[in-house]
This record gives sequence, structure tokens and C-alpha cells, in this order.
Amino acid sequence: MAAPKFEIPTLKEVSEVPRVQEGAMAHVQSFVAAAPIQQAIGFPGELVENWEQKAIEKMGDLLGKYRSFKVYLDACVHCGACTDKCHYFLGTGDPNNMPVARQELVRKVYRRHFTFAGKYFPKLVGAVDLTKDVLDKWYTYYNQCSECRRCSVFCPYGIDTAEITMAAKEILDSIGYGQKYTNEIVGKVQRIGNNLGLPGPALEDTLEGLEEDIEADTGVKVRLPLDQKGAEVLLVTPSADFFSEPHVESLIGYAKVFHAAGVSWTLSSHASEAGNFGLFIGNYETMRNIALRIREAALELGVKRIIVGECGHAWRVAYSFWNTLAGIGAGANDPFAVELQQQLDPRYPAPQHICEFTYDLLKRGVIKVDKSANDHRVITYHDSCNVARASRMGDMPGGQFVIPREVIKMVANNFQDMEADTIHESTFCCGGGGGLLTDDLMELRVKGALPRMEALKRVVDGQQVNFMATICAICKAQFSKVLPYYGFDMGMVGGVHQLVSTAIQLEQKE
Amino acid sequence: MSTLTILFACMFYAATAIMVLGLGYKIYDYARTPAPLKIPTTPAPTTTTGVAFRLFREVVFFESLFKATKWTWIFGYVFHGALALVLLRHVRYFQEPIWTIVALVQPFGLYAAFGMVIGLGGLWARRFLVDRVRYISTLSDHLMLALLLAIGLSGMGMKFVAHTDIVSVKNFMQGLMTFNIQPMPEDPILLVHLTLVACLMTIFPISKLLHIPGLFFSPSRNQADNPREHRYVSAWAAKLEQK
Ligand code: HEM
Ligand code: HEM
Ligand code: SF4
Ligand code: SF4
Repeated sequence: MAAPKFEIPTLKEVSEVPRVQEGAMAHVQSFVAAAPIQQAIGFPGELVENWEQKAIEKMGDLLGKYRSFKVYLDACVHCGACTDKCHYFLGTGDPNNMPVARQELVRKVYRRHFTFAGKYFPKLVGAVDLTKDVLDKWYTYYNQCSECRRCSVFCPYGIDTAEITMAAKEILDSIGYGQKYTNEIVGKVQRIGNNLGLPGPALEDTLEGLEEDIEADTGVKVRLPLDQKGAEVLLVTPSADFFSEPHVESLIGYAKVFHAAGVSWTLSSHASEAGNFGLFIGNYETMRNIALRIREAALELGVKRIIVGECGHAWRVAYSFWNTLAGIGAGANDPFAVELQQQLDPRYPAPQHICEFTYDLLKRGVIKVDKSANDHRVITYHDSCNVARASRMGDMPGGQFVIPREVIKMVANNFQDMEADTIHESTFCCGGGGGLLTDDLMELRVKGALPRMEALKRVVDGQQVNFMATICAICKAQFSKVLPYYGFDMGMVGGVHQLVSTAIQLEQKE
Repeated sequence: MSTLTILFACMFYAATAIMVLGLGYKIYDYARTPAPLKIPTTPAPTTTTGVAFRLFREVVFFESLFKATKWTWIFGYVFHGALALVLLRHVRYFQEPIWTIVALVQPFGLYAAFGMVIGLGGLWARRFLVDRVRYISTLSDHLMLALLLAIGLSGMGMKFVAHTDIVSVKNFMQGLMTFNIQPMPEDPILLVHLTLVACLMTIFPISKLLHIPGLFFSPSRNQADNPREHRYVSAWAAKLEQK
């Protein structure tokens, strides 16, 4: 950890809402995408000449396509209920990081061009023209929103700032003002099949290496199959699981679960990425193109089930959007979707989360565990925003909170929840979601993690917690990086299936 | 017919037309705009009945606001609750015979007017006292509160200070409704009250009062959480599949 060039917030006993400090984060600007990155995914290489006109046109286009965008821009009453709900505001005090103020950056321009009041009485309702200064503010502050939806939980009309952020990013992209980190990744997944840009042969090598590691560790031959036609299950997981620590521990966990349950499964080199950064830039077609790779892989491999690994936004896209985007789900009556839905086994939800899968096996006693293997850990669970507020598990609302915790409790003895207003749907973002997991936003990431770090500190001090489990690749990467800034050990964070992996009892199978 | 009567009659017809047509257009516009993706804020109900119940709780209890901030909830709830009673009480000007419920709420109107004013006062105070809310407040936010407060206070003026002839008010209103215009009572407070009300009606479709239809059209609140069970594709998105 290099010496930071900014002040690290101190962790308070009782969390406080900061005073408004105008411009506190105005200097934090994510790197702008260069021309080749932009063009590779069909956006203009640099700011187009008539950008103002184009941006307003695009806004009009989106207003006609997204009810959320239109209704949310009209409905806000400036009640202020959301102002102290965003972790980026809580960590920085910059008023433009208050959800309503963030929305207002676009809303002011919307008013000016699309409403009666803003056209004729701009001063009265705070309407402004889209100047370069306003555009730069858009870029700055829409790249300081992790699209975590915490604000939408508390807004009396459910106004979801993430929807506004996505629309703003879509407009910015369309006029050639994209963000480097996210757009580079979108290009890679479309070209190669995963966010890390890992080609098929390299993936094969990695998986073989892991098989050897597991055997050396446990004495059992556990397989990690790739592109195996006719397998029962296609596992789609974030590519970080193949390489990064602690992610890979969870991948090992999934493999052990499949092995112990005797379910044949495969990964796919064509769809070696569950993540879908198309979500972050709000571009429907991009998101759809990425999702179609999974459909193609499923059809090609002839699998009966599709299971998704530990990744927050990926689970949102999979659970909430795959059926819409790519016909992965149930209940279709159009030929496009029916083709795949007939192939899938209707007894299981499609897609299914790996936690749902493991939970079911544990409950039925199909896999055996030794809970005491996790006795050196006192575990807490961080709800990832996209899982908590934009998806579900199991068959009842809130299953996304229950199932991962139940899995943990079935494989470990010591579990402690963090404070009630920091978990479940009130969970705080890790600070790195929504396309912000990049080093050029380090200051934002560290400060945005503050509310979670404070909640964590209380269970570390009070309940001796020494492990924070989570089911998101971004959370894992973000926390590994940020925990040390607050004096915690980076190894404190890990996946739920890392815990499963520790406790599971394996048998040699042929 | 006095000039005043003609003026007020025209004003009310115009205000009503703007409100009804404007709001109608907004609702039509929201309804025709597709919501291409399933985005309920979860945990969300999995059935339509559940969704109706969720919206009911938002309208009747301000459930999300309650989770968010107790002060705003208290003032907002008192204001809206009182407003509902006041409006219900006002129905008597437009009906003959009046519904039982309208007759029943009459005595409560007295307290409701105070509730409305107190609630508005509290909401307004936040705009000065809480630095975050001060930062996001625009001139129109203040004016909206001022307008409602002025309507409330002028109403109370007629009730508690200088009584107005409510029988003639009723006559005038019913006349408007039956296109048989009756004389407008010439009480200055009433003129103020009604002018402000006409203003409120006029700005309804172009102001933040759109929070009312907005709540019902908000996809994060009005969608059922069932994307794995039902395929859901909007018209413009379906076109992508035909390529
Ligand atoms: C279905 C009916 C309605 C619902 C569910 C509703 C809900 C809400 C909620 C939750 C708020 C935010 C909290 C607050 O500031 O009080 C609010 C604010 C507001 N409402 Fe309503 N409302 C409704 C009808 C009305 C009507 C009929 C009016 C006026 C004619 C009105 C005027 C306002 C105003 C002016 C505010 C902003 C208050 C401020 O500046 O803080 N609402 N409404
Ligand atoms: C065309 C519509 C309206 C008419 C004809 C009207 C007329 C009146 C009259 C005649 C009174 C005096 C009642 C009495 O002395 O007993 C009154 C009171 C009052 N009005 Fe209105 N009003 C109208 C709309 C409104 C609206 C939209 C509001 C609120 C936003 C409002 C708020 C009040 C309040 C708070 C009082 C005092 C308490 C009460 O008597 O209920 N009025 N109004
Ligand atoms: S979506 Fe999350 S990051 Fe964005 S404004 Fe809302 S609370 Fe903040
Ligand atoms: S909570 Fe909703 S209505 Fe209130 S200020 Fe925030 S976005 Fe606007």
C-alpha cells in the first residue's frame, strides 16, 4: 500500500452524517477512455463537435425508452430523505454525492429542455443549459456513483439514482466522453469472452493448475471441466475467480460442491465471464450482447441447468435480466426464448445462484461438512448491493439475505451479523461497484468504504469478528485493497464458498 | 353578472382544464413509455397483489420515508394527513346531498387545518435548518410551501377570523359544475383563497406535484419480482431479436 495522497477518514464509534463540504471530491476524476477503447465498442472516439445537441437528442431518446428515467426526473420533491443514504456522501461530504444532488445534475438540464417550467422560468426551478462545465460535472459525479440503489430503498417514490447514472453514462458514451476502466472491460469481454481478457488456452492451464492444487491439498481428484459438452450444469462465474485472491478460493469451493454432490458440470471458454459491465454504462444492447454469449454457450454445450458464481452485479443481470435479454429463464412464448427454455430442466430455476444450489444440497444432507474446520473464524456477512437490492434467491422475497447466511451457518459455528441498518436492503456498498473499481478512483473507493468499515469495526471490536464473507467479485477485490487503509488485514475478506470449501468433506469418486 | 364572477368562473374553468388535461397527458405519457427491464427494489413482492399492497403502504403510511428519516416523515405525514381531511371536508361545496363520510369529517377539519400548517411549517424549517436539505432546495420548493401555507392560512382566516358565507360559496361552485353560473361572494379572504387554489391547480402538471402519479408509475415500486418465472420484453427491445 503506497502512502495515500489524501486523508483517510477515521472510524467513529457512532457513525455521523458529515457536514456539506462543497467541491470536496471535484478533483477526483476517473480516466477518460481513449479513442480506440471507445470505438471498439461502437462509441465516438472523442467528444463530438456538436456534443450539446447530440446529448440533448440522446436524452430525448432515453426519455422515450425508459419509464424509470422519465418518471424519476419528474417525481422528486426534494424532500431530502436520500441525502444521508449514499456511502460516497457519508465518506466525503461532497454534496454532489447526495443522491438527489447527483440526479439534479441531469434533472436541471432535463428541466431546461423538456419541461414547461424550465423552458420559461429556468431560474425558478433551477434549470440550466448543458455547458461544458455542466458536462464535466456529469462526468465527475456520475463516475462517483456505484449504482448501488441504496438511495432507492429510502426514497418515498423509489427513485433509483442508479437509473439516472446509467442514463447519464449512456449519454456521455454516445458523445464520446466515456470512462476508460469500464469501457475497456466491455471491449475485452466482447472480444475474448471475459473481463480479464484471458484466452481459452490460458484458462485451461489455470484450471489444470487448480485441480493439482486441490489434489495436493485434499488428496482427492476434484475436476474443473472446461467446454464439456453434455454436462448437466453450466457454471458461469466472474473471471476474477480464475486468478484473483481470495476469489479463487470460492471457485475451488464450487468445484468441491459439484464433486461431492456428483453433479456433472462445466465452465465455458466462450462465456467465461458472469460479470456484465454493460449494466454499468446503461447500454441495453451492450448488456444484451454480453448476455447472449451465455445463451450461445448453453445451447452449444447442451446443458440442463445454468448456475452463476459469486458476483453481485452479475447476479443482478442474470436473475433480473437474462430472461429478458437472452431468454434464459422460464415462461416464454416466443421461438427465440423457447428454444433454450425447452432445453433447460424446468425443475430448477434458471438461472440458479451457486448459494441456492449449495443451500439445497446442505439442507438435504447430500454434501457433508465438518463445521469445526471453520472454528478459527468468527464470520460476518456483507450483503452485496446488487444481490440485496436488485435480485432474489429462493422462492420468497428476502431469500437473498437468508440463503447465504444459512449456508454460512451450516458450514461454520461462529456467525455474527453487523448492525441492522447496515445489512440486508440497507447494506452499504463496498465502495468499488458500478465500474469504479479502478486505481484512478482510489480516494473515492477508500472514502466510500467508510460506512461499511465502521460497521465492521464494531463487530471486530465487540464480537471478535475476523472474517467478512461476501458473494461478489468486486466486493472481494475492493475490500482486499481498502481494508489495510483502515488498519484491517486484507485477508479478512473472502467468499461464502471459501468457507464451504474449508468445511466440506470429500470422497474419492470415479 | 358581475365582472368578478365572470373572472373567477373563467379562472376556475381554465385551471381545471389545465390540471385535468395536463395531468391526463402526463399519465398517458408515463403509461406509454416502456420499462424495458425488471428493476423493482428488492426485496419486492412476487405477485401483482403484493405490488398493490406495497403501493398501498407507500401511499397510506409513507413506508419508505419512515425508514429514511423520522422528522420528515412526521411533518410530511401530518401535512398530508391533514390535507386529506381538509380536502375531504371541502367536498361539501361540490355535492348535494353530501356523502356521510364528508359529513362525518366536518368536525375534524378544525384540527386538520392546524395540522396542515404545522406540517408545512416543519417541512419548511428543514429547508433552512438542515444543511443538506438547504443545499438541494430551489426557489420553487420554497414557493410551493408558501403557496400551500397561504391557502391554509387564508382558509383558516375564513373559519376562525372573518366568517365567509359558505352557502353562497357552495352555490357558486355548484353553478360552475352545472354551467349555470351563480354570483361569486365578494369576500376578500375568499378571493385570495380561491385565487391561490387556482394557481395550485394550474401548476399541478408542471411541478413536483407530479410525485403523485410518479409514485404509481415508479418501476422500482410497481413491478413484481418474478423475472425468472416470466419472460418480459418491451416492444423496442423485442425488435432487437428480429435482426
Ligand atoms: C397520493 C397522494 C400523495 C402521496 C402518496 C404523497 C406523498 C408525499 C411524500 C412521501 C412526500 C415527501 C415527504 C414530505 O415532504 O412530506 C411528499 C411531499 C410533498 N407533497 Fe405529497 N403526496 C400526495 C399528495 C399530495 C398533494 C395532493 C399535494 C398538494 C396539493 C402534495 C404536496 C406535497 C408537497 C408540496 C410536498 C413537498 C414538501 C416539502 O417541500 O418538503 N402531495 N408527498
Ligand atoms: C375550489 C376549491 C376550494 C374552495 C371553494 C374552498 C373554499 C373554502 C372555504 C369557503 C373555507 C371556509 C370554511 C369555513 O368557513 O367553514 C375554506 C377553508 C379552508 N380551505 Fe379551502 N377551498 C378550496 C380549496 C382548498 C384547497 C385545495 C386547500 C388546500 C390545499 C384548501 C384549504 C383550506 C383550509 C386549510 C381551510 C380551513 C379549514 C377548513 O375549513 O377546513 N382549500 N375553504
Ligand atoms: S445508487 Fe448508491 S452510489 Fe449511487 S447515488 Fe444512490 S446510494 Fe449513492
Ligand atoms: S428521497 Fe426521493 S424525492 Fe426525496 S429528495 Fe431524494 S430522490 Fe428526491
